[in-house]
Amino acid sequence: MKIFKLILKNFKRHKLRLSLTIVGIAIAVMAFSLLRTVITAWNAGVDIAAPNRVVTSHAVSFIMPLPISYRDKIAKIPGIESITYANWFQGIYKDKNQFFPRMAIDAETFFDVYYEYKVDTSIYLDAMKKQRNGCIIGKKIAKEYNLTIGDKMIVDGDIYPGRWEFEVVGYYSGKGNPKVDETWMVFNWSYLDEQLRQSQSGRGGFVGWYVFKVKDPNKIAEISDAIDKEFFNSYAKTKTQTEQAFNQSFVSMSGAILSAIEFVSFVIIGILFLVLANTMIMSARERIREYAVLKTLGFTTSHLVLLITGEAIIISLVGGSVGIAVTFPIVDVLAEAFARIFPIFIVANSTLVIAVSFIIVAGIISSLVPLYRSIKMSIVDGLRFIG
Amino acid sequence: MKIPFSYTFRSLWTRRLTTIMTIAGVALVVFVFAAVLMLAYGVEKTMVDTGSENNVICLRKASQGELASQVDRDAINNIKTYPEIKLSNDGKPLASNELYTIINLTKIETNDMGNVAIRGVEPAAFELRSHVNIIDGKMFGLGINEIIIGANIHKRFYGCNIGNELAFGGEQWKIVGIFEANGTGFESEVWGDVNRFMTAFDRANVFSALTFALNNIDDFSTVQKRVEEDPRFNYVELKREKVYYREQSEIMAGFIRILGTTITIIFSFGAMIGAMITMYSAVANRTIEVGTLRALGFRRKNILSAFLFESLTIALLGAGIGIALASFLQFFSLSTINWGTFSEFAFGFELSSDIIIYSFIFSIVMGIVGGFFPAVRAARLNIVNALRAS
Repeated sequence: MKIFKLILKNFKRHKLRLSLTIVGIAIAVMAFSLLRTVITAWNAGVDIAAPNRVVTSHAVSFIMPLPISYRDKIAKIPGIESITYANWFQGIYKDKNQFFPRMAIDAETFFDVYYEYKVDTSIYLDAMKKQRNGCIIGKKIAKEYNLTIGDKMIVDGDIYPGRWEFEVVGYYSGKGNPKVDETWMVFNWSYLDEQLRQSQSGRGGFVGWYVFKVKDPNKIAEISDAIDKEFFNSYAKTKTQTEQAFNQSFVSMSGAILSAIEFVSFVIIGILFLVLANTMIMSARERIREYAVLKTLGFTTSHLVLLITGEAIIISLVGGSVGIAVTFPIVDVLAEAFARIFPIFIVANSTLVIAVSFIIVAGIISSLVPLYRSIKMSIVDGLRFIG
Repeated sequence: MKIPFSYTFRSLWTRRLTTIMTIAGVALVVFVFAAVLMLAYGVEKTMVDTGSENNVICLRKASQGELASQVDRDAINNIKTYPEIKLSNDGKPLASNELYTIINLTKIETNDMGNVAIRGVEPAAFELRSHVNIIDGKMFGLGINEIIIGANIHKRFYGCNIGNELAFGGEQWKIVGIFEANGTGFESEVWGDVNRFMTAFDRANVFSALTFALNNIDDFSTVQKRVEEDPRFNYVELKREKVYYREQSEIMAGFIRILGTTITIIFSFGAMIGAMITMYSAVANRTIEVGTLRALGFRRKNILSAFLFESLTIALLGAGIGIALASFLQFFSLSTINWGTFSEFAFGFELSSDIIIYSFIFSIVMGIVGGFFPAVRAARLNIVNALRAS
């Protein structure tokens, strides 16, 4: 307890230096947490995947289409509960910076397979089935572009050339489930197919990928094998994998960038450590004579450890807490700004755990040099020291 | 009278551990700052140099890239007759119909799937892009299932050696050669006979793009005008090849730059605070010294500049070390997806004189900001009080 009092007294000696150190640590911890949050957001696609959803795409590349005739063949394989399909449509809405997923889907089955995507079946979904060019949009998109039922969405096709006019007929949301991406725009696959058959006869009757729900997630490997074997000798071979693995393949495309961000986030910890160690070394240097006096009075090594390491850890924890505290409001602001790029942008618990552990470790390591010096120093040398 | 430089250096040496810590802090920040700029510059250089100034690429409007672009054979054949197009030695227009798509291959480094660009070309492509050279093996034969692969694909993906076969488009393709392209984006592609690819991918008469060379670099606007005025071609647009590749690199380079600059600015606050802590305590520890210096006749401004100089020395040393460390990054290269072309491409860290200058300016700013307030405090010390300090 007495040691704790001494630590508190020591804090009062260089208020400016103390506050600068705390600010320095707070900035470093905030930067670290923000970068980790970016990494989390990037990986979010993998986390939000449902464990019982499986994707079948073209074996050569997911940009190559599969024939619609595969649907019935896949659906016949035992263990599959419900199957749907989709095409990546994309196109340019307003201008090319307005990026959010736009897909052609099968209205009959899509929301059965994506069961956590909640849509009012009797109103919105029925409206979509009735209206050829009807589309359903995520709540976030509706809010951001101020779109309501009856509004037109005009999209300039890139993969599917032409000028496409859609009409908003409904919305979907996650009903509070944070794992639902509320930035999709989905429209009738039959509409896309019908238009394609008219304009480019060769491109009709194809889907981008099949997605299905399985009854028992333990059987996924077996079912996947059965599907890929079924089409092994066909013109278009398939590759069947869990939704998680499918999403992972998109994340790992940018793997190098992610690793770079990860690397930088650890360099930040290095800076945190340097700032703190610097302060501790300077403080200890100025107090060498005091440590000699303490030793003379009978304070032992363990007291010095408590005194010096205790001080470092407390500074580090205070700075770290400030840093974590300011991270949350900043992430909230960024989440709004990045809504389209990162639909899910939240501070993960793992980020907090890593940050706090680094804060404590940095406190301990930064006190090692001053500790070593003060323990090794003989009392006489310490008393003689003149800075 | 100025305070001699040796005073500064000796002061730094006395507190060498603290000095080293502070220098290390600045060096880390400069390292990251330089690394980010080098990366963005590397992306740009790789991509922009891929295209030639004199080449023109013809794509579908609103296609955003070759992958989604579709141009009909009719349009291509028609545009190829334009008189502004350079002729090759055999009297044919120097132009290449191209098919561009992507396939999945497994990366050696991570065992992940990567998107590899496949480009079907006509023989003229090698005259159009004179920087493409076969370094091993031979050219692919026309009308048969042979392909040549870029050096980066050879290095980074499984099964990409001469003699192996790749499977795509429902057929097997034999690798017969490896090519280099001066470190540009083409090195991350697989090339083969466009007419063979068209059949394999069942593309009928729809190519991805047409690339041709101009007789005269200034003819671009003439050709562009002619295409715009022809109602049959209202769905295509022309771009200089170089401009096209610059656009394709923008998303990536811009992303790296924005993220990197934000990080570095946050970082630099940390380093400035570190410098400030060091300098404040340098001032506090040397109160008596400062008093003595003043008593000897040095002026306030001499004290101010001596401390600022000390802080600048730290910053410049840090910058030097940071840049030296960053320059080693030039030995490494990264491979990642380019969101513009949606295919994997490899690029390196590139150092330029601009980046060195920016890094030094950045560190000087850190040194001045970190050292200014402590230096002012030192300069303001009252002689008598300073000499009396304990």
